[in-house]
Amino acid sequence: MSKGLRVSELDCGPLQSVAFEIAARECVGLCGPSGSGKTRLLRAIADLDPNRGELTVDGVPREAMSGPDWRCRVGFVPAESRWWAESVSAHFAAQSEARKHLDALGLEQDVWERDPAVLSSGERQRLSLLRASDNSPAVLLLDEPTSNLDEGSTDRVERWLAELQRAGTALLWVSHLPEQLARVCNRVLRIESGTLVELHACD
Amino acid sequence: MRLIQLDSWDLAIAALFVGLLAGLSWRGRLQIARPLLVSTTRMVVQLALVGFVLEALFSFVSFPAVALMACVMLLAAGREVQARQRRRLRGWWGYGVGTFAMFSSAFTAMTFTLLALIQADPWYQPQYAIPLLGMLLGNTMTGVALTLERLTEGAWAQRDVIEARLMLGHSWQEALSTVRRESLRSGLIPTVNAMAAAGIVSLPGMMTGQILAGSPPSEAVKYQILIFLLIASGTGFGSFLANWMAARRLFDERGRLRLDRLRPIDRSAT
Repeated sequence: MSKGLRVSELDCGPLQSVAFEIAARECVGLCGPSGSGKTRLLRAIADLDPNRGELTVDGVPREAMSGPDWRCRVGFVPAESRWWAESVSAHFAAQSEARKHLDALGLEQDVWERDPAVLSSGERQRLSLLRASDNSPAVLLLDEPTSNLDEGSTDRVERWLAELQRAGTALLWVSHLPEQLARVCNRVLRIESGTLVELHACD
Repeated sequence: MRLIQLDSWDLAIAALFVGLLAGLSWRGRLQIARPLLVSTTRMVVQLALVGFVLEALFSFVSFPAVALMACVMLLAAGREVQARQRRRLRGWWGYGVGTFAMFSSAFTAMTFTLLALIQADPWYQPQYAIPLLGMLLGNTMTGVALTLERLTEGAWAQRDVIEARLMLGHSWQEALSTVRRESLRSGLIPTVNAMAAAGIVSLPGMMTGQILAGSPPSEAVKYQILIFLLIASGTGFGSFLANWMAARRLFDERGRLRLDRLRPIDRSAT
């Protein structure tokens, strides 16, 4: 049973017959022009939109588990986070240990009980990473996870995600910054004319 | 007590006030004059027609005739529920959810009341069955229409939040819980308010009608209480059912939010 994510014959929007694998403890970058289908590909892998294709996580096919179970195993952090309760803590399970990671992400301890609406976009973005990792997903799909962050916070997030990767999580990282992908990813995929091409670095 | 007869002039004078209101709305460009006049005309024509139909129904007691009348009322109520939604479900769901919910709740409440409480002979005596169903359906229709309208509008407006919850592995029930709660509240609030204000702020229409027609107030009150209890349960169960069915339809078997199952916004919906 292969650990990580395996995608084959996936059709979603502009992309047809997409096939690739991400092993556990691997970080794969994804780049391409705006509108080329990066976010749609992540949404299809997270099973948020109807699509056809064969997907497995840790060797278990998508069809073998319910939609919610699949999305627990395949976490998705969108570019813009959304919050529904009046405190950050209410978005986490009661027994969650996520709070221990606030310092590592450069967040003050008091954000835990604050209203997400009064936090900065950068604070919300880091908290959304923490929230998505709370299910201990096997795969984490990251859509521009540092787009709202300054250099220092970006560095902390990259180091924190590298820890997650070392602990066994497979990462699929979308970014418009070639130097970031070169820094954090083991390899990079690029969408070109509706197909995925593997690069060593994103041009 | 003798019933004071109303003639056509009395009704025409009362209609003058609605005409005046429509004139003011037109001058103020409130865009409500036309719907006001159309619904007033519809109300007069429909009530005049139903008066003839009821007189015919009451003159001979026939189960098929009562059942036919009940079906016509239900289908018309279903059409009204559909017309009041700006983002209705596509296909037969848009009509079927509201109609089925009203059928299940209002017809069950009516049948139970006729058989177990009123115990008329025969149980489908049109003098009881039709007015009872009319009041139940009228209120259930409002509750179901409000519930569905708020549910579909809420799902549309909150789609990012709903999907954010789905991304975390929440079930469709969890992801839509806030929207469903608000939609049910909207559907039930008119009934709750009407019951809370009954007798203090307002005298309900049916009771007023019975008193005007010469019934002793104590008897009219008993019927009104019965009707309120039926309306509350009929509207409540109907709204619950419509809420659950429509909410379920907004998600597919993989628990994905399917807003493509809603029609584009209909700005003519009232």
